[in-house]
Amino acid sequence: MTRIGVVVFPGSNCDRDTLRGLELAGAEAVPLWHEQGSLDGAAAVVLPGGFAYGDYLRAGVIARFSPVMRAVSAFAAEGGLVLGICNGFQVIAEAGLVPGALLRNRGLRFLGRDVHIAAEQLDTPFTALLGDGRALRMPIAHGEGCYYADDATLDELERDGQVLFRYVRADGTRAAVEGDPANPNGSLRAIAGVRNGRGNVAGLMPHPERAVDAILGSDDGLPILRSLVEAAARAEQGRGAIPVAAGVR
Amino acid sequence: MSTFRFAVNVLPKDGILDPQGRAVEGSLGHLGVDGVSAVRVGRRVELTVEAGDEASARAVVDRLGQELFSNPLIESFEVEAR
Repeated sequence: MTRIGVVVFPGSNCDRDTLRGLELAGAEAVPLWHEQGSLDGAAAVVLPGGFAYGDYLRAGVIARFSPVMRAVSAFAAEGGLVLGICNGFQVIAEAGLVPGALLRNRGLRFLGRDVHIAAEQLDTPFTALLGDGRALRMPIAHGEGCYYADDATLDELERDGQVLFRYVRADGTRAAVEGDPANPNGSLRAIAGVRNGRGNVAGLMPHPERAVDAILGSDDGLPILRSLVEAAARAEQGRGAIPVAAGVR
Repeated sequence: MSTFRFAVNVLPKDGILDPQGRAVEGSLGHLGVDGVSAVRVGRRVELTVEAGDEASARAVVDRLGQELFSNPLIESFEVEAR
């Protein structure tokens, strides 16, 4: 069974849901404590939601300097699959693993409710099993989710297919930037998720792990996690031995 | 070694959306204040550095300003000796 690591920072609060979601997606999901310098042989790593280190100073910034993040960065540099969800997205953005930054929501409020997103790219390790670009329903829960990058970077992201998910209305049409409840935080170009240039690191603000069973109101998030698990299994087979980032434990 | 006191003022860069600044500006009418604009809300970090001289102390603070206290994509900072 493919092992996927879920990083646990002090203040992470979606780690259990993420471990459970990955198990439902067919993985052996293991927690990775923030003080460890090794990824315990994980074939992919997920950074879950929460408030790592209390979100002090700026969401994600203190987590960036933790021992486990050194291992995650080295793993990503080798082409390892990394997914950041919500606060995990903020952490990998602060670490420079994906482009852009997450600003305070345009409306200043912390928002916890369902939104719709659609995948822009369907041939990635994070979206391959979505089938099509239909609207996916899943919750958001964040105060700083307004995606920002300068215009030149945004143009580059669009051109290179690095915009992974966009906020859409229930009918699948793209949300506006301002004054449209379908874009909950006012993200530029309605961007809900991006990936790096190499395509092995991705982040999104909505929570796929909170939409993995009909009893939760939606299971639209499950194919995202299943895509990751399948891609990780393929990467593991392709590589033979799993490259484990230099341990400093 | 001596100790040096600094403050680092971090502000959203010009042109970057600052919803807090906008909210503060929006409240001014309720206070009966007008003629105030371009409100930006940032963060101030005060710290003491032990170093051989002020220049090396300031180099440490500059590095912290760049790598930790600000996100250069969206914020700028100024170092102030105290």
